[in-house]
Amino acid sequence: MKRIAGLLLVLFGLGVFVWAQGALSINGAGATFPYPMYSKWFDEYHKKYGNIQINYQSIGSGGGIKQVTEGTVDFGASDAIMNEEQLKAFQDKHGFGVLHFPTVLGADVPTYNIPGVDAELNFTQAAIAGIFLGKITKWNDPEITGPNKGVNLPANDIVVVHRSDGSGTTYIWTDYLSKISEEWKTKVGKGASVNWPVGLGSKGNEGVAGMVKQTPNSFGYVELIYAIQNNMPYGRVKNSSGAFIKADLASVTAAAAGAAKNMPDDFRVSITDAPGKTAYPISSFTWLLVPTKFSDVTKRDAIKGFVKWMLADGQNYTEALSYARLPKEVVAMELKALNNVQ
Amino acid sequence: VATTTTIVPSASPTSGSRSFLSRLRDGDEIVRLITFLFAASVVLVTVWLVFELWRESVLPRHKFGFNFFLTSVWDPVFDQFGALPFIYGTLVTAAVSLLIAVPLGIGAAIFLAELAPARLSDSLEFFIDLLAAVPSVIYGLLGIFIVVPLMRQYVQPALKQSLGFLPIFQGAAYGVGFLTAGVVLAIMIIPYIISVSREVLLSVPRDQREAALSLGATRWESTWKVVVPFARSGIFGSIFLALARALGETMAVTMVIGNTPVISTSLFSPGYSIAAVIANEFTEATGDLYLQSLIELGLVLFLITFILNGLARLMIVVTSRRGGQLGNA
Repeated sequence: MKRIAGLLLVLFGLGVFVWAQGALSINGAGATFPYPMYSKWFDEYHKKYGNIQINYQSIGSGGGIKQVTEGTVDFGASDAIMNEEQLKAFQDKHGFGVLHFPTVLGADVPTYNIPGVDAELNFTQAAIAGIFLGKITKWNDPEITGPNKGVNLPANDIVVVHRSDGSGTTYIWTDYLSKISEEWKTKVGKGASVNWPVGLGSKGNEGVAGMVKQTPNSFGYVELIYAIQNNMPYGRVKNSSGAFIKADLASVTAAAAGAAKNMPDDFRVSITDAPGKTAYPISSFTWLLVPTKFSDVTKRDAIKGFVKWMLADGQNYTEALSYARLPKEVVAMELKALNNVQ
Repeated sequence: VATTTTIVPSASPTSGSRSFLSRLRDGDEIVRLITFLFAASVVLVTVWLVFELWRESVLPRHKFGFNFFLTSVWDPVFDQFGALPFIYGTLVTAAVSLLIAVPLGIGAAIFLAELAPARLSDSLEFFIDLLAAVPSVIYGLLGIFIVVPLMRQYVQPALKQSLGFLPIFQGAAYGVGFLTAGVVLAIMIIPYIISVSREVLLSVPRDQREAALSLGATRWESTWKVVVPFARSGIFGSIFLALARALGETMAVTMVIGNTPVISTSLFSPGYSIAAVIANEFTEATGDLYLQSLIELGLVLFLITFILNGLARLMIVVTSRRGGQLGNA
């Protein structure tokens, strides 16, 4: 009996040893918005390459930038690009840089609740900026009624709803507002949290959606995926070519394609208000943050391998989860940039 | 005269007469040391907490100084941080909740301890303890789905119509805001007040009641003039326990307060509390000054709790002295 137990113990120990040797564990942390996509990808990748296990903690974009700078994770992820100051902090700490790799695309959509109005409303840039600056206060303001002929909009006060928690969704929204409104840019600016001129704050997409649903005459913004998955009605937004575009996966990818022509080599680009006839203007990339140097060669190759796979086969999983895929131009550029990771 | 029982530390009378070694062998000394360590850890944790909050908030303390308490702009983009609206929101919501919860809670406790049959009292106590154990996020959901619509559709319009001349009941009724947060907090803290107050009232010696009744007092007179004053400090204790929970409550408040850093005389206005803003913004706070300002807010909340606790102690001391004189007369 004792002998069998001893044998089992040895076998078990051997198993652990082999398992520990075989599996390469890579850790990442950051943005919550692409988390469902990432966990699907990491899972599929693990199925394909059983020896590579990628763990991802969705702690938020700010946290992702912080953790990768601290060096506690192998890669970070963020919905907002790292600014010069953050890049410099990384460079100073490690002696090498960090690269941004776009993975998928997301978008913010305007959502509203006006009793008696079922129509899909059209919003101009001036209307959205005016409402969020508190300059347009009533639903029957000419700036709103103008592009919505035939819709009977009431003379009620608009209740603005925004996110209260710091989030990439807010970053995209305020980045867009900063581009279309000079006043917003100088007075409020862009960020994961800002000093809102008007409105009520709610926590998370579900908080904003719930508040808008509950409050008559309200206007807010949510993540496109959240709106699609919950069958929420949302409005069209006028793009830089003058067309009113409804956000969907194609129009978001079109925004990225429109921006690809002027894509900088480091991919640190905002694609809100992008050119292109069919481009949806409140779109954004979300990025992986990968250091340019790895001391562990197997780790480096595993991460590079994953990014390569994600850019090719991985993109086929995007639609099922309502994420917009990367345009071909961007994929080609990223494959080239991957060579800079050493 | 109120009977006071002093608990005599059991180790002290014998400590001189026996040698350290024999006490060690008996285990007394070991137990004393261990329990002392446990007690000291409370102080240690508190001091450590303040020290860390102080150390980690050095940037905003130097940049804004005392103005941190006096300015009301909270702008993470342009790095301007002022705590006033958050302090205001924290105090106002806590005050509203106490205004609602104290009469209700003490009333219920008096009923349960003095007037209700013992069996009813015990079974109700079970439900009250259950309520006290419900996680705060559940109360937040209750707030969002039930209290907020009720407030917007019925309570706030009614208040506006009847008491609208008061500045505290004016302005747009969004449903969310100081009043709603106060109401949800009140629902959360009432079980604490009832539960502790009931225990305190039940522990009032029987003699006290019997003496009052034998002097010709009615049941209510004996309750209100003898039992409640006797239990006064315990009841205050329950209120301050409730206040502490109201001040620090995060999840439920952020779900119903509207999360807007404004100072408004109207209770209908959306507001913000210290705990709520820390929970909302901490994870995405990049920039050092931003993060440290949030930590300084934590320090401010600690300070508020500290001051209010101090005032509470003072109040207990003052009122029990007066109560004592009444008892002597």
